[in-house]
Amino acid sequence: MPQVAAILGRKVGMTRFFLSEDGKNVPVTVIQAGPCYVTEVKDADKHEYSAIQLAFEDIDPKRSTMQMIGHDAKAGLSPKRFHREVRLDAGDEAEYEIGQAITVETFEGVMYVDVVGTSKGKGFQGVMKRHNFKGQLASHGVERKHRSAGSIGGGGINLGTGPKPKKGKRMAGHMGNATVTSRNLDVVKIIPEQNLLLIKGTVPGPNDGMVLIRTSKRLGKSKQLKVSTAKKG
Amino acid sequence: MIMNKQEILEGVVADQLKNELPVLTIGDTVNVHRRIIEGEKERIQVYQGVVIAQAGSGINQSITVRRIVANEGVEIVFPVHSPRVAKIEIVRRGDARRAKLYYLRKRVGRKRRLRDRRRGLDALLVQEQTQADQNRKAQEAAAAVAATAVAEGGDEAAE
Repeated sequence: MPQVAAILGRKVGMTRFFLSEDGKNVPVTVIQAGPCYVTEVKDADKHEYSAIQLAFEDIDPKRSTMQMIGHDAKAGLSPKRFHREVRLDAGDEAEYEIGQAITVETFEGVMYVDVVGTSKGKGFQGVMKRHNFKGQLASHGVERKHRSAGSIGGGGINLGTGPKPKKGKRMAGHMGNATVTSRNLDVVKIIPEQNLLLIKGTVPGPNDGMVLIRTSKRLGKSKQLKVSTAKKG
Repeated sequence: MIMNKQEILEGVVADQLKNELPVLTIGDTVNVHRRIIEGEKERIQVYQGVVIAQAGSGINQSITVRRIVANEGVEIVFPVHSPRVAKIEIVRRGDARRAKLYYLRKRVGRKRRLRDRRRGLDALLVQEQTQADQNRKAQEAAAAVAATAVAEGGDEAAE
């Protein structure tokens, strides 16, 4: 089995799930994932890295472009809406071939996953909501400035002195609608008949939003231990 | 776009819904049998109190049960479909004219007791009957599913 399993899906919504072993009440996100198809396999020889490209969900050809239709046709597929590339460990790409279908069953035995999605857009937001600043006092002479940041300094560009604020100074601005990865979420249940994955906790984006699910890349120590003991049986 | 999101969500938890619940109404005095897990051991504890609030529906349905322990009010919110709630029994139907009985929190002594329910008992009977029918049907369906599963398992074993 390859080290990395990956699939594309759409978020259905959230509900609760009672675990069979101890009846624990777990909040779960339901994701309808796959079947995805491999449209491209990249190997170290030609592309200098290993990856596969996954395609998901049929689309009306009128809504696609000739380039994408041709690209999907090369893999023997009807036009697809989403195409995403997933990096693999070197050598693992040999296990995939173009046109191969990937279903949620590939996640059988996977304990933890990362979910990548696009967060809900919040528009232009102030520093209190966007960066969790404290704002100013409610009284003691503060006027019309209760939700402002404080001084932004004149610190010079990345130095102690100079005429401009420091680069990357956190300020008000556009919030959300950015790619967000929720890492190390538990896989609670897999329902292959309906292509469903139940994942503990929240995942980025609105219901119906497209998400990429893959095996966890950066597990903490305690979860690593759990995975290794589970593998030993 | 996933068209039937609600159906999918309900389908996912369908086999976790209980099919032996009684009709719960606000003001009822109930016995909640709690399954308490302490390490390896498991025991049942009965918690008796008045249902002062209901919230949610389907798998998310919960009730708030209030009782007095050692002169101190205690309220516990039970998700009724949780496997840790072994059973819910109705002890007595109380008369309540509102959906949330938070006013009971301020009451002391005998004022805390609700009158026995008299209004709408006929309607309640009908409700109970339908609920019982539904429960029976659900139980039969579940039994049928289990039976076919066993039969299939038997076939495989025979092969």
